[in-house]
Amino acid sequence: MDKKTVVETTINGEQIEFLCEPRQSLLEVLRDELGMTGSKEGCLTGDCGACTVIIDGRATCSCLMLGVEAQGHKIETIEGLANGAQLHPLQQKFLENASLQCGICTPGILMSAKALLDHNPTPSEAEIRYALAGNLCRCTGYDKIVRGVLDAAKAVASKAA
Amino acid sequence: MADSTNGSSRSFRVIGTRPIRHDGIEKVTGQAKYGADYAFPGMLYGKVLRSPHAHARIKAIRTEQAAALPGVQAIITGADFPDIPGTTAMMGELIVNTHYLSLNVMARGKVLYDGHAVAAVAATSPHIAEEALRLIEVDYEPLPPVMTAAAAMKPDAPILLPEIRSKFIAGRTDPGSPEGPDQPTNVAAHIQFQRGDLAAGFREADYVVEREFRTATVHQGYIEPHNAVALYNSDGHATIYCSTQGTFNVRTFTATLLKMAEGDIRVVPAEIGGGFGGKTTVYLEPLAVLLARKSGRPVKMTMNRAEVLRASGPTSGTWIKAKMGAARDGKITAAQFWMAYEAGAFPGSPFAPGAMCCTGPYNIPNLLIDSYDVLVNRPKVAAYRAPGSPSSAFACESLLDELALRCGIDPLEMRILNGAHEGTPQPAGPPYKRIGFIETCAAMKNSAHYRSRLEGSNRGRGVAAGFWFNGGLQSSAAVNLHPDGTLSVVTGSVDIGGSRAAMAMVAAEVLGVAAEDVRPIVADTDSIGHTDVTGGSRITLATGMAVYEAAEDVVRQLKQRAAKLWEKKPEEIEFSNGRLSAIDNGVKPLTLKEIATRLARTGGPISGRATLNAGAVGAVGNAFAVTCVDVEVDPDTGKVKILRCTVAQDVGRAIHPAYVEGQMQGGTAQGIGWALNEEYVYDEHGILRNTGFLDYRMPTCLDLPMIETIVVEVPNPGHPLGVRGVGEVSIVSPMAAVANAIYRAVGVRMTELPMPPPRLLKAMLQDQPRTEELHPVAAD
Repeated sequence: MDKKTVVETTINGEQIEFLCEPRQSLLEVLRDELGMTGSKEGCLTGDCGACTVIIDGRATCSCLMLGVEAQGHKIETIEGLANGAQLHPLQQKFLENASLQCGICTPGILMSAKALLDHNPTPSEAEIRYALAGNLCRCTGYDKIVRGVLDAAKAVASKAA
Repeated sequence: MADSTNGSSRSFRVIGTRPIRHDGIEKVTGQAKYGADYAFPGMLYGKVLRSPHAHARIKAIRTEQAAALPGVQAIITGADFPDIPGTTAMMGELIVNTHYLSLNVMARGKVLYDGHAVAAVAATSPHIAEEALRLIEVDYEPLPPVMTAAAAMKPDAPILLPEIRSKFIAGRTDPGSPEGPDQPTNVAAHIQFQRGDLAAGFREADYVVEREFRTATVHQGYIEPHNAVALYNSDGHATIYCSTQGTFNVRTFTATLLKMAEGDIRVVPAEIGGGFGGKTTVYLEPLAVLLARKSGRPVKMTMNRAEVLRASGPTSGTWIKAKMGAARDGKITAAQFWMAYEAGAFPGSPFAPGAMCCTGPYNIPNLLIDSYDVLVNRPKVAAYRAPGSPSSAFACESLLDELALRCGIDPLEMRILNGAHEGTPQPAGPPYKRIGFIETCAAMKNSAHYRSRLEGSNRGRGVAAGFWFNGGLQSSAAVNLHPDGTLSVVTGSVDIGGSRAAMAMVAAEVLGVAAEDVRPIVADTDSIGHTDVTGGSRITLATGMAVYEAAEDVVRQLKQRAAKLWEKKPEEIEFSNGRLSAIDNGVKPLTLKEIATRLARTGGPISGRATLNAGAVGAVGNAFAVTCVDVEVDPDTGKVKILRCTVAQDVGRAIHPAYVEGQMQGGTAQGIGWALNEEYVYDEHGILRNTGFLDYRMPTCLDLPMIETIVVEVPNPGHPLGVRGVGEVSIVSPMAAVANAIYRAVGVRMTELPMPPPRLLKAMLQDQPRTEELHPVAAD
């Protein structure tokens, strides 16, 4: 086992330092070292997207990134999506549209959708499907997820207007 | 509440609305705790060593080197498990033999599939546990693997389990041959349904079609891998946190496999990240308890995705020979099905439900169905959404489509003409009660989708129907009235897709409060009465019925309290829309909230209870679905694009319509994956070659259009609210619907699942001649 390394990051706006082994993935660090279990492990091979977080504005599978690689980067996770008690429009619209069944893919899908809306506040259905193609959901057939994102985009747009 | 009938004229206040689910906030904020999210001080991480052979004798296992690795706290092998005699028990929809269940969680003597567990390690980190696995030495003597039903049924096939003997000849592959002598076999069981005069029925037919079908092994594909966290106290009491569809099953099976008392195990339901039937059994739980007992520390075990695919689930691959005849007017005169379901390494495929559902939507006067349970060197199958029905329906619905074309009849009209209704005998014999198959076909026939015109080359529209009988089983519920007039509903039914909301809505409906005033709780195995698995589409039906009765128990108690306050008899009190009043109107009515503040003075807290076996009281209502799908086939690659898809289903009564639609859409998506891409790929040595989501190809967001739903409500006469159960049947019909659409698009009849581009392209290049003239599906 190699020695642990100190890693300095910003997670959900908060400066956080953690110690991790070189072989630990960012997902493992978030879940097992920092107790942030909202990011889920579905495959550990970057195929399911349940572990999606946003690194410097870009949706990323945290299982494919080492914890030590997070040095100096800004990380957003599902735990920081709501603004305190105020849900993000994506969260609110997912609830209203019944966009989740078992809920295991939901954190990753919300983070991929947030990364999309941050860059493209008025996505088409095709753009949403493209942005979420790396997030597997086995329960819903994606119908209500896509509707949830479309609705959230509308809510964001009407708030901005 | 109008009355106690479930007629469709009844009006509801809460049922049929779409409140936000009670557990929703936790699931969109990342707070919801799934099994793998639990952690305890001093917790160890457990990992499983799995067989690299499909079939081999274990000659020796040496663990000394692994045990010497710093950080390793406990190692277990088959030698740590007691021998369990072979007794059978119902496990949701499947029958399980506990002897084989024990051998499946940890091999002894032989390994029977690639991925079969042979040892497990608990260490202070998951990485150390994985290193330790590499230090365990196992000597194997490889044996020839048997990978398909066809190979397993040959007379000279290697035998998986020598103690399995059948009166049927191994290798009996021709329909209708006589029974053979008693000898070792890979055919573990057989079931037959028969009615009428088959030969006469086929003689009456003007058209007869006969085909052979094959369907691949497919996995449930839940995104959350199996997990278990076990704590073991020195007093012999264990607690298990896990993501399971049946906490009480986990308790029973873990106790049986480890020879513990059931009362010494408490199973706490974590949130569950999908199951679809695959989480109705145990894999890790007994291992985690043993490792916790041996190490004296909490142990967490999680599978990785490769382990999930190699060693959990899947559902059976099948080999089906089928023949169906119809008169010129479209009436089916006879049908015969011979079906082999691959069980995996131990008996217990859904060969029986497959036979029970096969021709379920139709009234066929002359019928013979034979179905076999066949052992192969693949993982032992688990339930998967309407287990058994999708494969047999693929065969039945494909033949029906061909007959409709030959007769020149609209395929939905063909289904209505032959459709089952109240009184029609099921394939297994008993007649249907009131069912909604004809209504479901008619709803599809009148849909915007079906009435639309599909234009363009290489495009086709297919329809198919599906049947699932639905489960009943046992449920318990408690409804507690709080001093502020709000309530909690406590059940033992794990919430896999929004059922908490439905439970709260049922109680709210009976008690005249808002859904938000009821908090639904899923309790552990010590805190609520026995409750069978979340499976069989039974939660809203059976547990919902227990909640209904528990809420009525609350109403009964409320009337007693009001009677006491008003010095009247309970039968002089009326309860309606959340208000208590006297029949003679002599008193000022009390709301639920008002009387809730006076419980202490009128006799103490109010808690309603109910327990039931929904099957035994005749509450089960059968479900039917019809899928309509438009496809476009790329003539150069054979890739199928789903252009439009609609599913109609008789749900009896939709409690929360959004989650009913969600079930219909989810089952349809799984069915489309089954139809087009999903399949286990084994090499010649019986090693699984596609052990990740990149190669085990499930539908992504880009592969599917919006899935339109038509919710048909023909109330179930056996249920107080008319509920039928909605979870499963929507997966039954998509495979044949897609195959039928492909035929109408490019004239190729696909008889093997899945139908990925290479397989379809090959069939297209073989240039099958069309044997009949194509008729447009939706002539308007």
